[in-house]
Amino acid sequence: MSTKFVIDGLKAEIEGKEILKGINLEIKGGEIHAIMGPNGTGKSTLASALMGHPKYEVTEGSVSLDGEDILEMEVDERARAGMFLAMQYPSEIPGVTNSDFLRSAINARRGEGNEISLIKFIRQMEGKMKDLEMNPEFAHRYLNEGFSGGEKKRNEILQMMLLEPKLVILDEIDSGLDIDALRIVANGVNAMRAEDRGFLIITHYQRLLDYITPDYVHVMMQGRIVKSGGPELAQRLEKEGYDWVKEELGITDETVGQA
Amino acid sequence: MSTQLTTPTDRQTAEAIAVGKGEPSWLVALRGQGAELSATLPWPKPEKVKIERWNLTAVGQYEATDKVSSIQELPQSVQELIAEGTENLLVQKNTGVAWAQLSQELASKGVIFTDLETAAKEHGELVQKYLFQAIKLDENKLTALNAALWNGGVFVYVPKNVEVELPLQAILYNDKAEATFAPHILIIAEDNSRVTYVDSTVSVKEAVQAEFTHPAIVEVFVKPGAVVRFGSVHSLAESGVDLSLRRAVVENDGRIEWIIGDLNDGNTVSDTKSVLVGNGSTSDTKVISVGQRKQQMSLTTQAVHFGKSSDSNMITRAVMREAASAIINGITKIEHGATKANGVQAEKVLMLSPKARGDANPILLIDEDDVTAGHAASVGQVNPEQVYYLMSRGISKSDAERLIIHGFLAPVVSEVPVEAVRQQLNRLLERKLQG
Ligand SMILES: Nc1ncnc2c1ncn2[C@@H]1O[C@H](COP(=O)(O)OP(=O)(O)OP(=O)(O)O)[C@@H](O)[C@H]1O
Ligand SMILES: [Mg+2]
Repeated sequence: MSTKFVIDGLKAEIEGKEILKGINLEIKGGEIHAIMGPNGTGKSTLASALMGHPKYEVTEGSVSLDGEDILEMEVDERARAGMFLAMQYPSEIPGVTNSDFLRSAINARRGEGNEISLIKFIRQMEGKMKDLEMNPEFAHRYLNEGFSGGEKKRNEILQMMLLEPKLVILDEIDSGLDIDALRIVANGVNAMRAEDRGFLIITHYQRLLDYITPDYVHVMMQGRIVKSGGPELAQRLEKEGYDWVKEELGITDETVGQA
Repeated sequence: MSTQLTTPTDRQTAEAIAVGKGEPSWLVALRGQGAELSATLPWPKPEKVKIERWNLTAVGQYEATDKVSSIQELPQSVQELIAEGTENLLVQKNTGVAWAQLSQELASKGVIFTDLETAAKEHGELVQKYLFQAIKLDENKLTALNAALWNGGVFVYVPKNVEVELPLQAILYNDKAEATFAPHILIIAEDNSRVTYVDSTVSVKEAVQAEFTHPAIVEVFVKPGAVVRFGSVHSLAESGVDLSLRRAVVENDGRIEWIIGDLNDGNTVSDTKSVLVGNGSTSDTKVISVGQRKQQMSLTTQAVHFGKSSDSNMITRAVMREAASAIINGITKIEHGATKANGVQAEKVLMLSPKARGDANPILLIDEDDVTAGHAASVGQVNPEQVYYLMSRGISKSDAERLIIHGFLAPVVSEVPVEAVRQQLNRLLERKLQG
């Protein structure tokens, strides 16, 4: 069965403030969707609500992955069901080495009694780290602790590659990356493109989409998807900014949740 | 509140035991003095912990201990702690030494590693010169009591320029609450020598039910240019009170490293102090603790700077579960004249239950302008963002919390010098954190 991820009428609030005001989106395996939009319009909120961040409360709507109700699941269950979110601001976890963490995550996915052998794990991890041109010492560093912005992003992609999720959400994976790192990370994403894997890529810049060509581009404002199109939409936004979209739709304040 | 009318020992008893063991006369006198002072001196008064409410006087009776003829005669839980293939091992059972072994190689270099009772007889001058010099016998009731009662104990002497590569290991255990268990550990590292000492202070838990007090003292003398690493993991039974004072005196360019795991099941006072008398002397102190049930703990690290360009670093990390409470004190004192000294400390407490209590008290006492000092203290819960991050990778909530807690303690665990003791520490953590 090929992957199908459906968001239907999703509304969510944080601390009583409604941020997502009805999101509809369908992502099929093999597709890449990009979400763009000005600051503070709800993009990260969408990503967090989909992953199940405890601070966000979903008030309406449904989300399903291959027919399974995602909103019913705990965060870890969502991950094991195949969801992955590369976060805009990944947490630092002192004292837990990257490799111990990665192995725990892989084993959680595989389930008890089916743990990956240490040798196989190391081979896989080292292989992917090489692809991402990461210094092997990052395996033994504490998880994200003291990583530079770009190193954290690369580490998110490493996790994605090792966990092989069905639905990948990348929240500003390109922010903080230098030109070479952007290419390396994009190559990593492209290598993961597959018929049974969908992508939702949140970004501000066309430069990422130069490497990863999206099938669809959506514009988010005021907690909604207000416009959708193909790759050419991202190119126009890059050139002209958001004013024309606002004008077209009669929007004056594009943000959401500001009093 | 229980009252403390009785004194656990008196001059006559203490001296009689010492004479009976054939101790040298100076030591017999010291014991008598200790016993007498223990009747009048007050207990130490750690911040915000009322130890007078604990049963501190269950110091037990002297019982002669027989040496074992092979390690296999030791309890299984003790054998597990022994570094594989070690030739440098000392075991104290309750009141006396049960096993003492030092490699030929180290003995031929002049290294002494034996129980303190034997050392007092065979190397009397040396022991007399140092015993109760870092910690004075008359500081309080605890020091006096240890002077009167100490038994077994550990003596380490490393001559000038000798580097002891492998760790010297001691295991001090009790399996009978009624027997006195009062070790005194004395370490002397002469100029430019190097040594690592690691001990496990444990109860054979199924055998120890009645209340007991463990008044213990550690004194370390670090001579110029010498480096001493001191590791210690305590896991005494719930019915015990652990009163442990540790102090190092560090001379020019000497270095002391303390790695302490306070993982008792009962109430605990742990006070670890480095006195940096020498110019360029340094200390590094790392303490971890896990409290559970109604355990009360007072964990103190101290550094006192006299020497110019002396440097101290202290870290205490504690995890408090259930209704446990810990008062954590870090005291950095820089004396006048200790120019260019640097003292840094950090205390962190992780609270796993609303009933748990953790206080971190960083104290900087600085009498010199030309110094640097810093402190950080925090008391908090497991960070929910971190839990979310780990869970978003498929790790269950309980595993995520376990990883974060172990990670919190990892900086100390990874420093424990002996693999078998590191494993002991990990087992203890696993057990105390699951409960
Ligand atoms: N924890 C919170 N408490 C209060 N308001 C919040 C919280 N998290 C998000 N918001 C608000 O929700 C709105 C949407 O934030 P969100 O992070 O989703 O924006 P974004 O589109 O990802 O912006 P950016 O492009 O800057 O990353 C913002 O106004 C933000 O201030
Ligand atoms: Mg965002």
